[in-house]
Formats: sequence, structure tokens, C-alpha cells
Amino acid sequence: MKVEELDIDEKIGNVRDVLGETQKKRGVLIHAFQSIQKEYNYLPEDVLKSLSKKLEIPLAEVYSTASFYKHFYFKLRGKNVVCVCSGTACHVRGSDKVLEKIEESFGIKEGETTPDLSLTLETVGCVGCCGLAPVVTVNEEVVGDLNPKKVTGIIKRVQNAK
Amino acid sequence: MTKYNGVTMEKLKTIDELNILRERLKEETFKPDTPRIRVCSGTACTASGTPKLVTAIEEETGKKGLKVEVVKTGCQGFCQKGPVLKVEPQDIFYQKVKPEHVRWLINYTVIGGMPYRQGLYRDSFLTDPVPDVADIPFYKKQVRIALRNNGLIDPLNINQYIAVGGYSALAKALSSMTPEQVLDEVDKANLRGRGGAGFPAGKKWRHTKKAQGKIKFVIANGDEGDPGAFMDRSVMEGDPHSLIEGMLLCAYAIGAEYGMIYVRHEYPLAVKNLGIAIKQAEKFGMLGKNILGSGFNFTLDIREGAGAFVCGESTALIASIEGERGFPRPRPPRLSEPGGGAWGYPSNLNNIESYACVPPIIEKGADWFRSIGTENSPGTKVFALTGKVVNTGLVEVPMGITLREIIYDIGGGIMGGKKFKAIQTGGPSGGCIPEGLIDTPVDFDTLTKVGSMMGSGGMVVMDEDNCMVDVAKYFLSFCQSESCGKCPPCRIGTYQMLQILERITSGKGEEGDIERLEKIGKDIKQTALCGLGQAAPNPVLTTIRYFREEYEEHIHDKYCRAKVCSGLGMFRIENDECILCGLCKQACAFDAVKETSRSFLIDQDYCTKCKACYLACPVGAVKVEKKQHVTRDA
Repeated sequence: MKVEELDIDEKIGNVRDVLGETQKKRGVLIHAFQSIQKEYNYLPEDVLKSLSKKLEIPLAEVYSTASFYKHFYFKLRGKNVVCVCSGTACHVRGSDKVLEKIEESFGIKEGETTPDLSLTLETVGCVGCCGLAPVVTVNEEVVGDLNPKKVTGIIKRVQNAK
Repeated sequence: MTKYNGVTMEKLKTIDELNILRERLKEETFKPDTPRIRVCSGTACTASGTPKLVTAIEEETGKKGLKVEVVKTGCQGFCQKGPVLKVEPQDIFYQKVKPEHVRWLINYTVIGGMPYRQGLYRDSFLTDPVPDVADIPFYKKQVRIALRNNGLIDPLNINQYIAVGGYSALAKALSSMTPEQVLDEVDKANLRGRGGAGFPAGKKWRHTKKAQGKIKFVIANGDEGDPGAFMDRSVMEGDPHSLIEGMLLCAYAIGAEYGMIYVRHEYPLAVKNLGIAIKQAEKFGMLGKNILGSGFNFTLDIREGAGAFVCGESTALIASIEGERGFPRPRPPRLSEPGGGAWGYPSNLNNIESYACVPPIIEKGADWFRSIGTENSPGTKVFALTGKVVNTGLVEVPMGITLREIIYDIGGGIMGGKKFKAIQTGGPSGGCIPEGLIDTPVDFDTLTKVGSMMGSGGMVVMDEDNCMVDVAKYFLSFCQSESCGKCPPCRIGTYQMLQILERITSGKGEEGDIERLEKIGKDIKQTALCGLGQAAPNPVLTTIRYFREEYEEHIHDKYCRAKVCSGLGMFRIENDECILCGLCKQACAFDAVKETSRSFLIDQDYCTKCKACYLACPVGAVKVEKKQHVTRDA
């Protein structure tokens, strides 16, 4: 999405009728981050700058809001994102061992990206798939019922997807 | 007439038109004589292979020239055994179905009308398989209100929702009830907020209704951040229209025209399904201006969260909707008061499950709802039963059922025949309930009394292999990392508590640590700004209350009885059990395992208690013991 094309009224939805201009611009901020991230995979600085101009919100406040939410990134991420669930159910069924195994095989820690940008490893609070704990999401796909041995399959899948 | 997602759409202008359409749809959809397969397409089953299964079914029926209706339903609850499906009219339940089973399944059941034995549910190899859904222990004790349509209809098809009685509560309210009557009914039903605290929904609605101002909001809280809870997800994904209908009824009762659903971004399918459902409802005229010709206006928007746990807290959620950092705000003003809600407009915020319970209450009446559950907590509650139980998944049970029934009758007991230790309810804000209280009835007040809470309904079962100190540390580290940082008690207090717990679990616990934890915990409870901060010490305080001896063991004996914490205990190789394979020696990075001609032994001076040998031993000959045992033997 180009920041210039951002349609504030459309993004904010039906509540537009009762909101003032500033409220609308502010209310659309998180939506805008989401669409930018969808396009660029992260929030590039120059795009945020033009967003700040377009919405008339100081850049500092734009950053302040974006950095509050875990979902927004300021650095380029890998092509594949492997996300290890560290929710309660996964924790009691050994998700830390799964994470360790993945960290070991790719040589990156949680939150890091491989130098060739092929993979980013993350953890998430809970993906709500507790019945299959421990689970990992590979890009959008949920893989469940894991153990450190089965993880190798995921690793291969990611490597093949390169 | 337009077509959307395979559904024929026409705008309904009056309530009669809706009723006529329903009559027609009742005849057209789910005809009793058509063979039908209801496949679970919830997230868990999709992860276990539903898409391939559906293709296989379609191919097989196509090859045989059979007319079989395939309904891709929302989560049917039995995630552990996924993918699951039901074949009708015989009503046979199949679990763990693989594409290669499909041929037999169709030959036996659809054509032959007989159960296909290999795909049926069975408790163990020793018992007979159970074909009938109603006889499966997991489903037997469940009563479905909020999840009434999960497993029954295709969430993307509004026609099916209408055919099974959807939007009839709305029709009833608009045609024969005043807003006040709707409110009274919900009040009388004593529907308590399913999000955790159990605040009566009727009271909340009344507050918002009374508030000054013409513009009001109805907001649904779908920011289900509690790890180990996914009931809201299955309603949003599996039955989005019942959420919409519940919100419509609330809006009608309190006189609101705008609604919002706040969904966490980790649930992409929920966002998608809700979006489709809202579009369908708009096309049908259930949302928008002059709904069903009644003069009542209501619109709905979706707001996506962005991965902040604290946004599940009401004031933080409002801040996030407004596009600010998700910081909680001091109350009062409450959300229901002017100046408190979204953009200052009075807002009614309820949990997804609470809204989903409203249509049946309006349709069947408050007395029916009160006949289920207990006096002070009527109705049912959906729990996400997870952890070390045999059958994990979503269960909806009447309030007042005991924990024992949930764990042993529905959950099928503890995995691997281990010993039950505790059950954690209420997510990171809740507490651990020990074995001694397993006969506690589950309702809002009793759970609070034993130091836990209902929370959003996560239930994590723990067995003897789980260390309670480690579990407390896990929850606290979750709260600590999710703390928004606005108020110091939560930001600094949880950090300090976590440091102490780190120390205890790594064998450096000191005398007085437990008392320190209790002191800080109580201080946080009294001084934190929002509900999340106030509840953050709960897991630690309840585990200290019920499992104090485990804490003491960690501190004084440097021993973890569940053998989870590393750096604790004394490692020893039991020569009688040792098979001399040498794996422990290979595993040890510190050369602490020494080999003699006939045995292996651990040199305590070199041992760092990293547990590598303990994990490597194939026969369990490496023992972790309390220090004193070893010195006495030597």
C-alpha cells in the first residue's frame, strides 16, 4: 500500500460518521501499520515518515505507537517465519526443547533472522491450538504435536521452501 | 439478487421476510435423507490435515457418483483426535481420519450404512470402539450453548445459520420486545461476563444504557491473549453470526448504533471469517440502516490487534482502538460512562462468549438459562482443556461441574497414567488448584474462593513431571514481558519477583525468599493500575499457598522433585539399573561421568547439574536426589 493512497474514511469503517478528523487519523494508525507491514514485511523508516506527514501525527508518536505492539518490526525479516508457541499448554508439553532444537539447527536465537534472510525465528504467546501442543507455525501454517525429533521435518520443509 | 460466497443474497426488508426465508431454508438445507459429512475445519484439525481430507472425500464421492453433502464446520472441540468428522444420517463419529481411510469410510458408512471400525473413537485398544457421538465420554457431559452451532454449520454460510434458527432471537426482540424487555431478560438470566471476572452482563448493559449521550458503542473483546485459551477463537471462526446476533441484541437493548469487534492478529482465520460474516449480514439487511424494517440501525467494524496481551484489558483495548499505545487508563470513568469508552462515548464491552450466549437467552428465556448451571453462575462455560490430559480440546460444560469430572470423565485422565498434581485455571491471572481441591465445583465464586479465577477459561492440567515453581515462573515471566510498563508496581514488581524465582529455580534460593515473594505479590495486588497487573502475582501466590513445600525443597534442599529445574539436586548413577551403554559419558560436556571397568559414576566436583546425563540415559539409571541421601550413602 502506498501511504498516499491510504483512504482514511474507508479504513476507519462505519464509525467515521461520529468521529472528528483528528480522531479518524489517529484511529487509522494501527490499520496503516498493518497494511504497510503486509506490503514491506516490516515498517521502513521513510514510509513511516510519509505516514506521519499524511496523518499529521508527529513521527515520535508514530514510533511510540508502533513500538508498543509486538507485531510490528523495524527490521527486515526473513522470507520464512517460524514461530514457536510458548503458551502454557505448549510450555508444559516441552516447547522450550523444540525451540532449542530449532535454534541449534539454524544457529540463530529467538527473535533473530539468518544472515541470508531465509528464516526468522520467533516465539508467540499462544496460537490457540493448545490441543496439539507443542505447536509451531511455519509462515501461516500451524504444525502441531511436535517433539524435538519431529522438528527436523519442519526444518527441512523450510529449507526446501527457500 | 447477488451471489456471495456461493450464497444467494437478497436484502430482507421485514421480519416476516426473514421468517419466510427461514421456513424455506429449513426445508432446503440439511435435508434428512441426504448423506452428509460434517468435517471439522477448525484451526487444529486443519493443521492435522482437514484440507487433504476434504479433497479426498470429494474425489471419492465424485468417482462413485454419490451425492454427499460436505459441511466444513467450525471447531468440534476434540482437537486431540483431529481431524474429526461426523457422517449423517447414521450420526457416526470418526477421529484421526486420514485420506487413505476415506474410501473405506464411504464404502462402509455412506453406502453400507455401517460403522467403519478403524476410524472410530475408542478409549484404548482393550475397549470396544464407540460409533455414536452421544456415547463418547468427551462429549457426553457437555452442554452446548455458546458453541451450539460449532460442528453443525458452515461458518461462511449465513443460510445454514438461519436454517438452524439463527437470527430468530433478533426477530423475536425486534417484533415483540422493547429494548427494556431485552435488557430485563439478560439481567434476569444473570449472565455473567465470560471474560474472566464474571461481572453480570445485564448490570453492565444497564449502566451503558443509562449513560448520557446519544452515541454509544457495543464492543466485543476478542483479544484472547491468555495462553492456553481458545474458546473465543472457535466462536469467531466457527460461528461468527451468533456473535453478530448477540451484539445486535445488546445494541438494541442499550440503544447503540455502532459496534466493533477487536480481534487479535494471531487469529487470521477469525478475522477472515468475521469479515465474510459481516458482509453477508449487511447484504441480508441484518446490519446497517433500518434493520428488518424496525428502524433500528447498527453497523459493525473489525479492529485488529497487534500482539499486545495488555490490550485484552478493557481500557487498554479502548486506547488501542483509538490508535494509541495500549496503555490502561485509570478508572473511573468506567467504559460505560461518558468519557470512558471509545473516543469518550459510553461503550459496552463484553467477551465474545458472553455475546454468543445472548441469542439463546432471548429465544428460550431467562428461566431456561437459569435452569442450567448453579444459582449464582447460571449457564455453561467453555473451557480449553489442555496440558497433560488424554483428551485435549474445547469443552462446554454446565457451571457447577467438578474439576474431577472435567479432568477424568471428559478429559479421560492424565496422560501416560501419571499422577495428577494441579490444574491451572484462568491463564496468567489465575491460580493453580491442587489435588486436594479437585472436587471443587467450577463456578465464578468458588474458584475465586480457592485463590484462582475463572479467567477466560483456560484449563491446563499438570502432572507429577511439572515443577510448580517452574510453572509459577513461567506465568510470571509471561506477565513480566507483557507488562505495558505504565505503572511501577507491575513493571518493577513483577521483575523483582521473577528475579527471586530465577534464583530459586537455579539452586541459589535464600532463606526468606518465599516471604519476600509473598510481600511483593501482595503489594502489587494492591497497587497496580489495571486488572492484569493486579492479577499478575496470582500464580505465584497460589502455588506458594498450595505447594509451599516444593518452594522450600528448592531453597533448602536444592532439590526439584519434578526434576525440571536444572542446577538442583545430586546426580548419581544407580549401578543396578545401569546397562553400561556409556551414553551419559558421551552426553556430559564437563567430563564429570567417569568410567571404571564395571560401572559409571559421577564426579560431584565436576558435575554442573546440567541434566544432560539424566536426559541421555535410556533406562533411567541416572538418579537426581536430595543432597543428604547421597552423603549418607557414601
